Amino acid sequence: MRVNGDYDVAVIGGGPAGMAAAIAAAREGARVLILERNDQLGGILPQCIHNGFGAINFGRDLPGPEYAYRYEQKVRALPVEIKLNTMVLDVTGGRDVFAINDDEGYLHFKPKSIVMAMGCRERTRAQIRLPGTRAAGIFTAGTVQRLVNIEGYMPGRRVVVLGSGDIGMIMARRLTIEGATVLSVLELMPHLTGLRRNYVQCLQDYDIPLHLSTTVKKIKGKRRVEGIETIQVDERFRPIAGTERSIDCDTLVLSVGLIPENELSSQAGVVLDDHTRGPRIDSSMATSVPGIFAAGNVTGIYDLVDYVSIAGTAAGANAAAYARGTAPEKRRRRVRLVPGSNVGSILPQEIEIGDDDSRPTIMLRPNATIDVSVRLRFTADDETVTEFRERYARPSEMIVKTLSARHLDQLRGDKNEEYQVEIV
Amino acid sequence: MSAQGTTRNDICLRCPRGCEVITVLDDKGAILDISGNQCKLGIEYVKQEINNPRRVLPTLVRVAGGMRPMVPVWTPEPVPKGLLLDLAATTRSIEVDAPVSVGDVVLDDWRGLGIQLVASGAVARRAGAEVRHSNGGE
Ligand SMILES: Cc1cc2nc3c(=O)[nH]c(=O)nc-3n(C[C@H](O)[C@H](O)[C@H](O)COP(=O)(O)OP(=O)(O)OC[C@H]3O[C@@H](n4cnc5c(N)ncnc54)[C@H](O)[C@@H]3O)c2cc1C
Ligand code: SF4
Repeated sequence: MRVNGDYDVAVIGGGPAGMAAAIAAAREGARVLILERNDQLGGILPQCIHNGFGAINFGRDLPGPEYAYRYEQKVRALPVEIKLNTMVLDVTGGRDVFAINDDEGYLHFKPKSIVMAMGCRERTRAQIRLPGTRAAGIFTAGTVQRLVNIEGYMPGRRVVVLGSGDIGMIMARRLTIEGATVLSVLELMPHLTGLRRNYVQCLQDYDIPLHLSTTVKKIKGKRRVEGIETIQVDERFRPIAGTERSIDCDTLVLSVGLIPENELSSQAGVVLDDHTRGPRIDSSMATSVPGIFAAGNVTGIYDLVDYVSIAGTAAGANAAAYARGTAPEKRRRRVRLVPGSNVGSILPQEIEIGDDDSRPTIMLRPNATIDVSVRLRFTADDETVTEFRERYARPSEMIVKTLSARHLDQLRGDKNEEYQVEIV
Repeated sequence: MSAQGTTRNDICLRCPRGCEVITVLDDKGAILDISGNQCKLGIEYVKQEINNPRRVLPTLVRVAGGMRPMVPVWTPEPVPKGLLLDLAATTRSIEVDAPVSVGDVVLDDWRGLGIQLVASGAVARRAGAEVRHSNGGE
């Protein structure tokens, strides 16, 4: 099959990670192609109309669409080829990229390097096992976000949200602003799972009640949801008989969490991490397959888009260097980072400890809530090699640390190849 | 407020870091100490939260003749909290003509309070869409 075009770097996905990668690669002089399945750039940002984007990169608290717009302007000012409405179907370890769109049909590209920037998708209803009917009126939060914010369609008038994740709380506010009544946000866990900031500005401000340790026992209604029955659970998540409560509602919104979108990475033979469920990457955003880089939510779920853009920039610059054949040789000492106690996942999974002053940044997702000052430790054989202080650890907030000269010195002085990173 | 003075906890909403700011007030409500904020905006936030809490309203307005039916808008300057739902009701009745660009003012000086609604996204004109009336706030 004929190869279409002659590109140095192909970026798969035109969200914030992909746009930042394309900008960085084009600025390095690479011929860049973006392949995006939607009809616009921006990834999920055009549907995230709330503010909360850009504090780090623009020093302002911008709405999602405006953050995306600012990056889109930069992409469009550079000689980057953008193919919208183009779905990538397959990527091989040899860097063949197969895609399809209505105008050109089946396409085959053979770029010198690739940036995977496909973002994430929502878990489905099946993945959270919900009892009851298959009535209309049950939606995931991301679907509601798209329906309301892009298509201008209201899914219902009397709403219950299951799950206190950020998207669920943000949509509870959105639906209230659009005139619906949000009767309750239910959370199975005994604590909030999203950011406290969103609890304040999305639930408290609009008097939307939050019920912790509570879940849905039954969904009523045949063709359309007519109501639900909730039940409280104990500390081991067992339903407590006698705590049932009926709520009349026509809509149930599930805030079910996100998982990285990695069919393509798997097809290309990229090694995935058990903890992030995205490609294992090093500090240059390189995956296990030479010439394939990855950035953004495809590598693990980020809370802040600003860090996604920063990761995308690094991936794009390194992909361009790889395409040119000027990528620095991997001579420096590489060490693996493994989640220890209270750490759910780490990005990147491998860092370089060089003799120069490059400072790797690491991001940790805690899997426990510790509300007092904590230490973040790098240990090997139970010996602490270096440590940081952090004010608290919460699963809803990623901890981002750039290693200082002192930490690097301590790691240089040690010769292990693998460190456990733990929060104590 | 108790006679010994009080402590209040606020989550600063000025940026996504969401610092937990702890404020100690004396019995007359004067601020004795503020801690937990990672930048000075946190101090401003708490002062405003005590006197006149304000919030940013992100929402959508309808678009006529556009490639999409809605355009996202927001209040770049926060609005008094008590007026959020009123403003939301007003925005539900606004319709603007395409094209809409990022930064277009969709509603200016609402109720004479200096409150602006500004487009945070763009909507192009649909080819062949008929021209109706001039845009709401311009
Ligand atoms: C509801 C929600 C609220 C959020 N709120 C905030 C917030 O307040 N502040 C903040 O800073 N961050 C927030 N975030 C996080 C931030 O938006 C994300 O981290 C960021 O958008 C991730 O960017 P990305 O480029 O990795 O992925 P995405 O934005 O998901 O982009 C991925 C792109 O890849 C495309 N794609 C996927 N597969 C293919 C394929 N096979 N072929 C072609 N194209 C493909 C998709 O269509 C999409 O455009 C929020 C996220 C969500 C979901
Ligand atoms: S105090 Fe500063 S850093 Fe902390 S949330 Fe407020 S604006 Fe952000």
